Amino acid sequence: MSDKQQNQEDKFLAPENRKHTVIGPEGEEIHVDPLNDYFCQDLPKVEAPYKGVLEKFLNWARSESLWVLAYGTGCGSIELPPLFSPRFDAYRFGVMMRPTPRQSGVLIISGYLAVKTLKRVIRSYEQMQNPKYVIALGSCTINGGMYWDSYNTINRLDHYLPVDVYIAGCMPRPEAILSGFNKLKERIKSGNAEGANEYVENLEWYRTNQKKVIKDWNMPPYNW
Amino acid sequence: MSNMNYSWKNNRSMFPEADETGKLVVDLDSQKYIKVWQGPNHPGVTGNMSLELTISGDEVVEAQTHVGYLHRGFEKLFERRRYMQCFPTCIRMCVPEPDTNEYNLARGTELLGGIEVPEMANWLRMIALEMARLQVLLRMVPGQAGTMGLGLPAQWGLYYRELILDRFEELTGGRIYHMYILPGGVRGLLPDGFKKRLEENLVKIESFMKDVDRVIYANAVFKKRTKGIGVIPEAWIDPYGATGPVARAAGFERDVRKDYPYLYYNQLDFGVNVEHESDVFARFRVRRKDVDTTIDLLRQIMSKMPEKGDIKAETPNVLHWKIPRGETLVRCESSRGEYIFYMVADGSMYPRRINMRGPSYSHAVVLLEKLLINANISDVSPIMVSLATCPPEIER
Amino acid sequence: MKDIIDHLKKRFPVYEIGEGPNGVIFMSVEAAKLVPMLTSLKANHGYGILVILSAVDWLEEYKFQLTYIVNNPEEKSDLGIRVFIKREDATMDSVHRLWEHAATFQREIKEMFGINFPGSPRVDEPFLLEGWDNLPPMRRDFDTKQYSEDTYFPRPGRETNDPAEYMKQKLYPDE
Repeated sequence: MSDKQQNQEDKFLAPENRKHTVIGPEGEEIHVDPLNDYFCQDLPKVEAPYKGVLEKFLNWARSESLWVLAYGTGCGSIELPPLFSPRFDAYRFGVMMRPTPRQSGVLIISGYLAVKTLKRVIRSYEQMQNPKYVIALGSCTINGGMYWDSYNTINRLDHYLPVDVYIAGCMPRPEAILSGFNKLKERIKSGNAEGANEYVENLEWYRTNQKKVIKDWNMPPYNW
Repeated sequence: MSNMNYSWKNNRSMFPEADETGKLVVDLDSQKYIKVWQGPNHPGVTGNMSLELTISGDEVVEAQTHVGYLHRGFEKLFERRRYMQCFPTCIRMCVPEPDTNEYNLARGTELLGGIEVPEMANWLRMIALEMARLQVLLRMVPGQAGTMGLGLPAQWGLYYRELILDRFEELTGGRIYHMYILPGGVRGLLPDGFKKRLEENLVKIESFMKDVDRVIYANAVFKKRTKGIGVIPEAWIDPYGATGPVARAAGFERDVRKDYPYLYYNQLDFGVNVEHESDVFARFRVRRKDVDTTIDLLRQIMSKMPEKGDIKAETPNVLHWKIPRGETLVRCESSRGEYIFYMVADGSMYPRRINMRGPSYSHAVVLLEKLLINANISDVSPIMVSLATCPPEIER
Repeated sequence: MKDIIDHLKKRFPVYEIGEGPNGVIFMSVEAAKLVPMLTSLKANHGYGILVILSAVDWLEEYKFQLTYIVNNPEEKSDLGIRVFIKREDATMDSVHRLWEHAATFQREIKEMFGINFPGSPRVDEPFLLEGWDNLPPMRRDFDTKQYSEDTYFPRPGRETNDPAEYMKQKLYPDE
């Protein structure tokens, strides 16, 4: 990358993430570049779906047990605890909340995203394993909502993450979220929910958009 | 397993010493400390806030809070919107209990613009505020046990909270954000049969709170884990700006409804719930008693309310309303503490400055850092939940 | 209430004393005498609670206004104290030794307006924004709509319909 970009990225980098030398136990000097040395530098590959009855069976299995990452990113997450309470029970549809990205298949972006949270959401999304889907809740993800002229919230989510289903409302009722899950299931069963593959194919475009907004990028090329 | 018998209260040779100002001297290169980042996505942190903890063994030695994950720039957005257009934006400052912010903004606009509110509208505002307080307490009081592993009463509490949200939906049209209180009055009267249905719900909630008493309050494990934890000395309440249940649990009788009465609270008869130990258990008790007070207040309001009346005063055309130059301060009491708005008007149609301050602004940034020193790791989450921190208030 | 104002008038250079609509008394004082006045109010007259510390930007008059509102819990009265400082290289003395939570207010004002409070704990670290290298956002000369259109991708098709203009066209097109 050009020198100007490098300087701008280095301005916000914490001292322990820059290149420095470490003295080993026997006095030798080791040159360390944390962002390159500590993380895997490979980029992911596109996983083509299987064909025929096997894929139909796998799609049915994926759609009937959607595990959600319990990350309430914005104000829409006030309607998520009632969704898992006995009145609007979402457990009966196979939907469960998991605390870590490694065990979940669906990421619910509930509302607006400040730039600081966007960085953490990108990290969580890339750490999730295939197959993975994104549901966008609320009108702030569609066109910015009521914070359209704010200096700290993003306007269009699909320029930063691949979205499968949008649920409109401010905020959507739990019944609306359940019907959104139904729509996601239909999309998976018909074979159209390829958000993860789209992300990998157009990684350049997504990364340019993300780096335009997140000025202190201290993450490796892909967060495995 | 080493032979060293290690009790974290008596043998303090592994812990850092304090220098002359009382600050702990932590040497990060000495291989004794680990930094743990209890970050924004964590089941033990209420909302999106992160704590950077330096830990030695099992005990927290230093804590730093980081906020800013939910910053939307409200106060800058207010300068581009007219007074009436600020309402949908300002109620999203505190997501579980939006009515107190609606009331504050409406009251500030009326004070600066010189408008008087009719009597019936004030009674209706009181019903909306007390119902909002009840539904937040129904989630917070059983939820305190959720930080220690007893997650079931929180689910029960969510069901009873839905009953109150149904009443809100009848009254205003929305479950969470109501847009019911406007400058000049409220938007509509009570529907037919509302009082009867609300009374039935209150009877059910009272019997639910007896279950909560049996399961949590009389629970030996809960008492052992919460008594003596997170103690705030009396001398720290005023310099750290603690208000609401946090101050009441330390022995101060402070309640905005009694000290600076607004609406018609001076016509109602209620007491201020005070405890003296100021630990996590005392704050839980104060909130538990607040539920009883709120149910009693709702019954009193419904019996003292007039049958009919004007619900909205005449205001100038809200899209052409120029408010003369002035500044004012309004307060309101919520289940968490005091909400304070400082508004400055400069004679044009747009507000010059609306500064909103929630109670977590003082509780969760500096006071929490002091409270977490010398706490066990497993006590970090109960302390944070007992202060009822809500990060959107800090960052708006 | 009257005697405290007379007492303050004798000892400190206060001016522009007025009562707001909610019973709060606002007064202005010179910037150099602010911290002695607040110390005396806290120690001698029982104003032990700092309610809010806020900043207002008067761009047309080339000054910043800082407002300190203190409260006496025994007598239940509020006092609002205004201070005016200039806009270039704005600094002000810190009050974090009187009230600990003033450090949070001062951090936010430093980040949002650019007013420096030397000596306040953690005042140089970013508080709410991450990776920000533009003007301090709450200043009046920072245009948030323009910044949002440049950095974030607005969805096409959005136009601003000012309701006042629309109503005027429909109802009173001749005026």
